[in-house]
Amino acid sequence: MGKWGYVGMLTFTVMGSFWLEIAFKVQVLRRIRRAAVAILPIAALFLIWDALAIAHHDWYFDPNQILGIIGPFHIPLEEYLFFLVVPLAAIMTIEAVRRVKPHWRIGDES
Amino acid sequence: MSYTITATTFLIASALFDLFGTKIGLLRRRAFWSSYAIILPFQLLTNWWLTSRNIVMYRSGAITGLRIASAPVEDLLFGFALVLSVLTLWVRVGKRP
Repeated sequence: MGKWGYVGMLTFTVMGSFWLEIAFKVQVLRRIRRAAVAILPIAALFLIWDALAIAHHDWYFDPNQILGIIGPFHIPLEEYLFFLVVPLAAIMTIEAVRRVKPHWRIGDES
Repeated sequence: MSYTITATTFLIASALFDLFGTKIGLLRRRAFWSSYAIILPFQLLTNWWLTSRNIVMYRSGAITGLRIASAPVEDLLFGFALVLSVLTLWVRVGKRP
């Protein structure tokens, strides 16, 4: 895998969830604005935590297993993508569950 | 144990956000727990991938040292907090006024 090691995990997550968009018509990508409003503030909070933890050396990354593109606050590109890809996968999952179980309310029904 | 403390704090904050901040209450809903039951194996698998291959490594002083499928137990708390807070906000944003 080499430098694609972390990207491999992200790709796996995308492949494991995005098919729900077609198979279950979860329409998360079609509601990308709503998804962005839900994801971006949370991702920002977690990225602040990430930045602080990286600065304190609480965790660190193998430079040979990431692409080596380091964004703001010394956070690797893969970490930024993680906080977009994982939340999207979670939203697609709960939307797929409610397609299967329409009577299970989640709280946004009118 | 800074990771342990922050992960626990984020976990509690996400539960408070869900139950009281937004009053969405996903923690009381079957749809949420069923979704998390689907997510959990993938969470364990991807955490295992990142940690067993040493893609991500942890300072031993930052964690308890308790590990599940190679990943620090803190990773599980962190992942749960991330999923819960995003889904809570997703529902909140989608709520008709």
